[in-house]
Amino acid sequence: MFIINCPYCGERDQTEFSCGGEAHIERPKQPTELSDDQWAEYLFMRKNIKGVQFERWNHAHGCRKWFNMVRDTSNDKIQAVYKMGEKPPVK
Amino acid sequence: MKNKYSIFSLIKNALSGHENWQRAWRDPEPKKEYDAIIIGGGGHGLATAYYLAKKHKLTNIAVVEKGWIGGGNTGRNTTIIRSNYLWDASAGLYDHALKIWEGLSQELNYNVMFSQRGVMNLAHNLQDVRDLKRRTHANRLNGIDAVWLNTEEVKKFCPIINTSPDIRYPVLGGTLQKRAGTARHDAVAWGYARGADAMGVDIIQNCEVKGIKRNGDQVEGIETTKGFIKSKKIGVVAAGHSSVLANMAGIRLPLESKPLQALVSEPVKPIIDTVVMSNAVHAYVSQSDKGELVIGAGTDSYVSYTQKGSHNIVEETLRAILELYPIFSRMKMLRQWGGIVDICPDASPIISKTQIKGLYFNCGWGTGGFKATPGSGDLFAHTIANDEPHKLNAAFNLNRFVSGDLVDEHGAAAVAH
Repeated sequence: MFIINCPYCGERDQTEFSCGGEAHIERPKQPTELSDDQWAEYLFMRKNIKGVQFERWNHAHGCRKWFNMVRDTSNDKIQAVYKMGEKPPVK
Repeated sequence: MKNKYSIFSLIKNALSGHENWQRAWRDPEPKKEYDAIIIGGGGHGLATAYYLAKKHKLTNIAVVEKGWIGGGNTGRNTTIIRSNYLWDASAGLYDHALKIWEGLSQELNYNVMFSQRGVMNLAHNLQDVRDLKRRTHANRLNGIDAVWLNTEEVKKFCPIINTSPDIRYPVLGGTLQKRAGTARHDAVAWGYARGADAMGVDIIQNCEVKGIKRNGDQVEGIETTKGFIKSKKIGVVAAGHSSVLANMAGIRLPLESKPLQALVSEPVKPIIDTVVMSNAVHAYVSQSDKGELVIGAGTDSYVSYTQKGSHNIVEETLRAILELYPIFSRMKMLRQWGGIVDICPDASPIISKTQIKGLYFNCGWGTGGFKATPGSGDLFAHTIANDEPHKLNAAFNLNRFVSGDLVDEHGAAAVAH
């Protein structure tokens, strides 16, 4: 359990948030032209990194806004929080 | 040659102060090359090595483990064994394992303390009732024992459950699989290790894999903390760290690794002689032979490799436990821990070849791999030895995420995720 600094509300308990998984997975631009392999890649395959990972979070019991987070999954330390649409801080 | 464990060997060794027991497995240095290497010395990996040696006569093989054997999820689970899954493919897989469990102590000459004390799954709302009744029918069609119990029968089978209709999530009934139960998890790892070692398998502990070497689309060997080890066949059974190893080989898996928590209480006299699981309120409990209550909690919603887990998850589980079993209200919890479970999108495992020749993955067991240990090892050994899946694990291939032929077991998996 940890404290998350919501970019809209400030520091709140992690229990107020829900995790939306890996960030920056781009929706296919031409879905009709995708092969089955590409669909599998988009829908199911995940980096699941042990280390620094980019992910989406939602302040479900707060402002209900989505944002991105850079977190080290090997020690749960949050390195950065940034809004949707913003470029990830270079790491 | 391993000495046989028996009442006579026990008496003999008792008379000499238990100081002359033969060591159960060797501690060898890795050879330069093996016919096959298993990465991961948990129950599944050791079972795989055991069956490779026993059934497929591959004895020039090694199991490499970064810590000590059975120190990962094998030693962290709640030891529940059952096979009451919904779909035919899963029924085949898990019941295959259950059938091996039934004769495992004899086969290994090692007491794995398999106890068929029954597993009861509770229903707390109308949808639970419908789902569990459907699963009961599906189980019976697949030859798996399952019965539906109404509230009174649940109370009779496990009298300490609070079946009062005015609790927040009342017990509306449940299913019971009588052949299900528990086993001693450490003994499973140790029994398989001893059996595999006796047939010549090298079990190499404290040896972390740092890289998987490929030559084009063929595996060549592994880089480890004890040097390079060559092999044309590599089976990865690394649970929560499967994606890390897949990354070393340059392939992607549909997994997310999350902490799953469990806890045990102080030991008390026998109070619950079965296993009761409750998916809707997320609590399950049994009692170990030492007398501790063994309680399973849920997974966190985010990826983490910390083996800890969030406090609120434990709190939710204990809240549910207390409402269902008011008698436990003054129990003290002794230990809490987390294990990193690799969860597939369809809550079913992967026992499969990969696009790389000679590289096999056995992963994605998520929150419920312990029960399948013997079957998983047997089928993975078959897949590695023949370079083809057995018919019982054919459905659990990696390609199902491309074809869309998923085996959706979210309903029957112990933990909703």
